[in-house]
Amino acid sequence: MTTAALPLDRPSGISPRRPAVASNAVVGMAIFLAAEIMFFGALISAFTITRISTPGAWPPPGQIRLPIEATGVNTGVLIASGVALYFAQRHGQAAARGAAKMLGVALGLGAAFVLFQGWEWVQLIREGLTMRSGPAGSFFYLLVGAHALHAVAGLIALAVARGKALRDALTPGFFTSARLYWYFVVGLWPVLYWRVYL
Amino acid sequence: MSHAHHQEGWVKKYLWSTDHKIIGFQYLFTGMAMALLGGFFAYAFRMQLGFPGKSVPGYGLVSPNEYNALVTNHGTIMIFWFAMPVLIAAFGNFLIPLMIGCDDMVFPRLNRLSYQIFLLSALILIASFFVPGGAFGGAWTAYPPLSAKHQYSLTPAGATLWLLAVALEFVAFLMGGINFVTTVMNSRAPGMKWHQIPVVIWMIVVASIVFMASVGPLVAGAVMLLFDQQFGTGFYDPVRGGDPILWQHLFWFFGHPEVYVVLLPAIGIVIDVIAVFARKKVFAYKTVLYTAFATGILSFFVWAHHQFVAGIDPRMANVFTATTVLISVPIAEMIFVTIATLYGGSIRLTTPMLWALAFVAEFLIGGVTGIYLGSSGSDIYFHDTYFVLAHFHYTFVPIAVIGSFAGVTYWFPKMFGKMLDEKLGKLHFWATIIPFNFIFIPLFITGAAGDHRRIHDYSRFPDLARADLQNLRAIATVATVCMLVAQVIFFFNFFKSMKSGKRAGNNPWNANTLEWSAASPPPHGNFEVLPTVYRGPYEYSAPGRESDFWPQDEPPDGEAEPAQEAAE
Repeated sequence: MTTAALPLDRPSGISPRRPAVASNAVVGMAIFLAAEIMFFGALISAFTITRISTPGAWPPPGQIRLPIEATGVNTGVLIASGVALYFAQRHGQAAARGAAKMLGVALGLGAAFVLFQGWEWVQLIREGLTMRSGPAGSFFYLLVGAHALHAVAGLIALAVARGKALRDALTPGFFTSARLYWYFVVGLWPVLYWRVYL
Repeated sequence: MSHAHHQEGWVKKYLWSTDHKIIGFQYLFTGMAMALLGGFFAYAFRMQLGFPGKSVPGYGLVSPNEYNALVTNHGTIMIFWFAMPVLIAAFGNFLIPLMIGCDDMVFPRLNRLSYQIFLLSALILIASFFVPGGAFGGAWTAYPPLSAKHQYSLTPAGATLWLLAVALEFVAFLMGGINFVTTVMNSRAPGMKWHQIPVVIWMIVVASIVFMASVGPLVAGAVMLLFDQQFGTGFYDPVRGGDPILWQHLFWFFGHPEVYVVLLPAIGIVIDVIAVFARKKVFAYKTVLYTAFATGILSFFVWAHHQFVAGIDPRMANVFTATTVLISVPIAEMIFVTIATLYGGSIRLTTPMLWALAFVAEFLIGGVTGIYLGSSGSDIYFHDTYFVLAHFHYTFVPIAVIGSFAGVTYWFPKMFGKMLDEKLGKLHFWATIIPFNFIFIPLFITGAAGDHRRIHDYSRFPDLARADLQNLRAIATVATVCMLVAQVIFFFNFFKSMKSGKRAGNNPWNANTLEWSAASPPPHGNFEVLPTVYRGPYEYSAPGRESDFWPQDEPPDGEAEPAQEAAE
């Protein structure tokens, strides 16, 4: 399906004259995601260094505990959203309608994840954990917040893809890049959960 | 998509265009304008250093705070708003589709957005001079705690605007880089194998990959610094459990690869120009590529040599000394390649060739002095002196200034369809190169004598306020003024030739690469018939051929013209 996507963003409409290893959309998104991985890699290492060089226990004594179990369940919700997207892709080859349906499921699960994390933030802030209450709080909101922003962007991309699928206007290029991006958001979260919560 | 041959308005054509050539020009002209601004800043603070306390003509008195802001933004502009946009974005945009034989970038709208964000970032940086407290003055490296706390930096708004401008600029180059790499991967002309891509294109691709792989950590660090500045977090505040050295690691993890990000395209331009004007095949083409890859990979393992003094485990310092000295090997290899290419060639000393040769000679001085700074022992003595400053100007000026001039004078005929004036070009060359050496050789000496960087007025330092050192500083200042004035010749030549220069024709240099088979200047869509590639880019003086060049798209002898050309 990706081979059909080639002349995607070319206003000239001249189709490429050599077989491509991967479509423009896939290559472009892969490069972008590599940069994103380095971005999150730096955030996680900065957090790890600060955590190791802090004397005594982590999180610091007296610090509010993070809701490990509830967030663990929520992690499952996000992974389920990724699985739903995988099925949307398999449908996508057969019928756009089926793809739209599974896209809707992925979108709903993803949105539930973001909303739950937001609710968790509200609880934690009420209990007194803020960006200014020491490195633990600062890094918690920085890492989870950076992921949340990416998740929201991914949800918008999925919503656009769903709208396009309903109108039968979903191009393979757009669909592939949106999918790659959402897999990145889903795959990144368990790493963050492990580093920040556990 | 009606892009075709109807008349478009000026705005649509020059400001809202998705044509890679126009976007290249946008980057080129914005970069040149920013270079003038950065040059003016250098003029102002050099005058203060050469003739302290006197009012600077055209600027006025330079206060200590203004001095800091001028130095900081000189460095920031020259690297992020001059070297990067000209060497990578301008040449990358203009050259990639032309040299690989396609009609445009694969993501033209992303490309347009890239320039627009870049322009916005430049405007934000300029705006930071007009906010209360003035522009940021914490050096282009922006080390916390100085950069993180307004009580220290005294530029509450300037520091944040600076950070915002730098971050936006990175977004712009990320978009550009995605375009460059994808285009070269997927849109090459049929027949163009990976070892038939011109060196300059390879270098821009490797540089883009290195940039995109290293910029993430800096953006992460910048977000944390922004939070420290504006939201009262303490990521870099040791009192609150943070770590100021963390920023240095995040910054230099990007900052040192960045040196190679701008170096590689410049070397690529130089190698291409030297091959054309030595009328000889590039020596060891594939080795150059492997060397470039090796440089790209090694460049990720040298950054901590910037922390030799700030504090690093001595065992790690040894490792980073080794990697730092090691990275001079691939760079030396590339310099040897240029010399080996010259050997036995029929050398033509045109203006672009002079610039290319000057690059080799001057960059050598920068490279050799770097060895003293790479080894942690001598670095501790030289740390933060003018020796360091002279060293990196001997690398960055050849890269950004000399490399850009080599590229602009070489591709000017293709860009604008006219020839530059050779006499004025050579005059400009000598009037730039001679003062350049008179600026920085004295600064090596003052640096070795102990001149510390970032000092506004040496009269308060009795050891450094000696007449002999002050004379050297004055020589450097006068040479700076000369070098800046010499640029008038360039701009005169540039705009005069653009208007009334000699017509260039398609291939004035008798070069092989694909851009020279397009019209000068190339129309929208570049080629009348998209080219097919039959051979490598450097088949000069091939034995048994009458002419000493052999264009990449010329069909081999005895073979019929390809059908599509015959049909025309």
